[in-house]
Amino acid sequence: MSFPDEKIVLLSHLAVNQQATIKRFIIEGDDYERLEEMGLTPGEKVTVVRYAPLGDPIEIKIRGYLLSLRKEEADQIEVTLLP
Amino acid sequence: MPPVSVNSPLKKESIIRTIVLAGNPNSGKTTLFNAFTKLRQKVGNYPGVTVEKKSGTLVLAGDRVVNVIDLPGTYSLAVRSPDEQIARDVLLGHLPDTPRPDMVVCVVDAGNLERNLYLVSQIQDLGLPMIIALNMMDEVERQGREINIKKLSQHLGVPVVPTTANQNKGVEELKQLIAQGAPADYKREWKMAPDIEEEVEHLVRLLMQHDGMNRYEAFSESLILMSLGPKLKNDSKSNPLKRFFKEELICQINVVQDRLRTKGLRARTAAIEARYDWIKWILKDCVTEKNRKGPDITEKIDRVLTHKFWGWAFFLGVMGLMFYIIFTIATYPMDWIDTAFGKLGNWINAVMPPGDLRDLLVNGIIAGVGGVVVFLPQILILFFFIGLLQDTGYMARAAFIMDRVMNKVGLHGKSFIPLLSSFACAIPGIMSARTIESPKDRLVTILVAPLMSCSARLPVYGIMIAVMMPLASGWQKAGIMLAMYVTGIVGACLMAWFFKRTLLRSQKPVFIMELPPYRWPSWKTVAINMWERSRLFLKRAGTIILAMSVVLWALMTYPKHPGMDEGMALKSSFAGQAGTIMEPFIKPLGYDWRIGIGLIGSFAAREIFVSTMSIVFNLGKEAREQTLRDAFQNATWPDGQPLFTPLVCLSLMIFYVFALQCASTVAVVYRETNSWRWPVFQFMYMAVLAYLAALVVYQGGHYFFL
Repeated sequence: MSFPDEKIVLLSHLAVNQQATIKRFIIEGDDYERLEEMGLTPGEKVTVVRYAPLGDPIEIKIRGYLLSLRKEEADQIEVTLLP
Repeated sequence: MPPVSVNSPLKKESIIRTIVLAGNPNSGKTTLFNAFTKLRQKVGNYPGVTVEKKSGTLVLAGDRVVNVIDLPGTYSLAVRSPDEQIARDVLLGHLPDTPRPDMVVCVVDAGNLERNLYLVSQIQDLGLPMIIALNMMDEVERQGREINIKKLSQHLGVPVVPTTANQNKGVEELKQLIAQGAPADYKREWKMAPDIEEEVEHLVRLLMQHDGMNRYEAFSESLILMSLGPKLKNDSKSNPLKRFFKEELICQINVVQDRLRTKGLRARTAAIEARYDWIKWILKDCVTEKNRKGPDITEKIDRVLTHKFWGWAFFLGVMGLMFYIIFTIATYPMDWIDTAFGKLGNWINAVMPPGDLRDLLVNGIIAGVGGVVVFLPQILILFFFIGLLQDTGYMARAAFIMDRVMNKVGLHGKSFIPLLSSFACAIPGIMSARTIESPKDRLVTILVAPLMSCSARLPVYGIMIAVMMPLASGWQKAGIMLAMYVTGIVGACLMAWFFKRTLLRSQKPVFIMELPPYRWPSWKTVAINMWERSRLFLKRAGTIILAMSVVLWALMTYPKHPGMDEGMALKSSFAGQAGTIMEPFIKPLGYDWRIGIGLIGSFAAREIFVSTMSIVFNLGKEAREQTLRDAFQNATWPDGQPLFTPLVCLSLMIFYVFALQCASTVAVVYRETNSWRWPVFQFMYMAVLAYLAALVVYQGGHYFFL
């Protein structure tokens, strides 16, 4: 499904507390399958909770728990902004 | 897909002999394991891998004894890490000396149900009788959430017991259920796209026919094969028939994946998504959100502890406190231990007739083992802090704020605490590297940890600085000391970077780390952890240290020449001869044979350098530092040139910064990596590094300044 006014950004570009849903992984592979296993499946709601004091990694909330990942990984995940 | 056949492995009258505890990290699995087994625990390694094997016994009503295996905490069974591979092999009964479990107790964090149930669903595929311990129920209540246990149990098709393991709640109910046994009539409720289901069924039949797997195992294996695909390796050692079959299987899987791809279906992640959809559907029916009582504590604490300023302040404060306690409070028990070993030696000296045996006992075993045991208070304190940081959830935050820094040298945020601990003692540092999941990152951390200047180097630095600049002010001395620490840190960073580029090169693993909610530490868990770690250290390293002490003693005692004074006897001993033989090699560093003996002696533990040098200079073992300093300052080469020039002192300190002169560390690395390859490699690389660095300092210093 794709709507014309759908806004797609990278997870690493999401502002703190902005709501979004996972759209897709740009690269497919073992590492990203691991992220899916941790609950980052397409369609799932995600928010960025905070950035680490030095700017990297980032902390996200997914399926009700907190997970941290590096920006370079978040660069590979597209999300759809929720209004 | 036809319904899964029900061939329950559990008959009514069958007896549960072995259970396994499975669950996510941070689910309270260890606490439950401790509640089950009390102190009846055994810790070892699974054969051939570095995964820790924890097992124990549970006593049920009527004195029935059940084996309990605590699986490594994993998020998945998809066999991407050694931990996951072991967990899967144990569940399937594939490991030679581990019996196939009769039942799985799956520990689930009730506050994090959605992700925790993912592993539950994977374990269910294996068709084992299962009980769910729905743990951390106290947190759920605090969060104002209500879980309908009965419905959850119905949906999952297994008994669910609410527990709060750290308050011992629900543990008895679990025990009763284990005694009763549970049925294993599991029916898979989640489904993938019909086309994928069809292909999986095809693989299942293939595996059942050729590998003789049962339906459960074949299904679980098929899903893994679908996600691995082309990466599946053919084992060249297996017999030709098996090899042929494996090749055929790889072929088939590639065909299946291609077929699905042309239909626009992603086979690799289909099962993950189907499982999560199913879990979401169940939770919608079982969980009601109400008003939370009070604020989200974790969010509140995190706002401070990951703050740009307060986060660092707290971090530095905690680390500072840890080191303050290690270097102040720990000195008291260390003195007691030292005195106790000294008294024991004196007592043996008094009651035993003089001779080789007495000498071996007093100067070999007691002095050698005492020199290591004396560090036990420091090691205990470090394990206390590490356990506390782990149990409260702060460890993950420390890794979160430090990751950027560690990433620069190719390491993980989680490498920070092991490296920091190594400033007190490399042993707890190396043992705590277990929290690093990626095996290569863990190995690099272990390899560079002893480059951090540990407290055993302090006496050596102390005497050398005193000899080097007897008139310097406290600040100047502290400056030199600090320079040694910095040299070690820089060396560790460079070597970590180098190892990550060369021999432990890996495609960058994804850094994903859960930030668990803050929790009150379970003092029992922390205490048991401290006890376990130090016991392991004493037991595993102890035998090696004992052997090393005896060997070193023999080297420094034999062959005997009656009538010689202590110094001459040492010179003509094997160690002395080795020192003399070594002289041409260490002369470029500015050392003579006497320093050579000191270097050999300090392999048992670095601080033994001081007492060995006292013997070499005929001062007796208990020489005061000042006496030794004067002796060093008056020491000369045969041609009258002073031996301990400032440059030699510096070169010697640099040597101690880099060299792995610690039998205990070698023993612990052997245990942690499960082979002699890495400790030997580590010893060699650090020896080369120490030699080269000392050479550069001494020769460079000569060239430029003298």
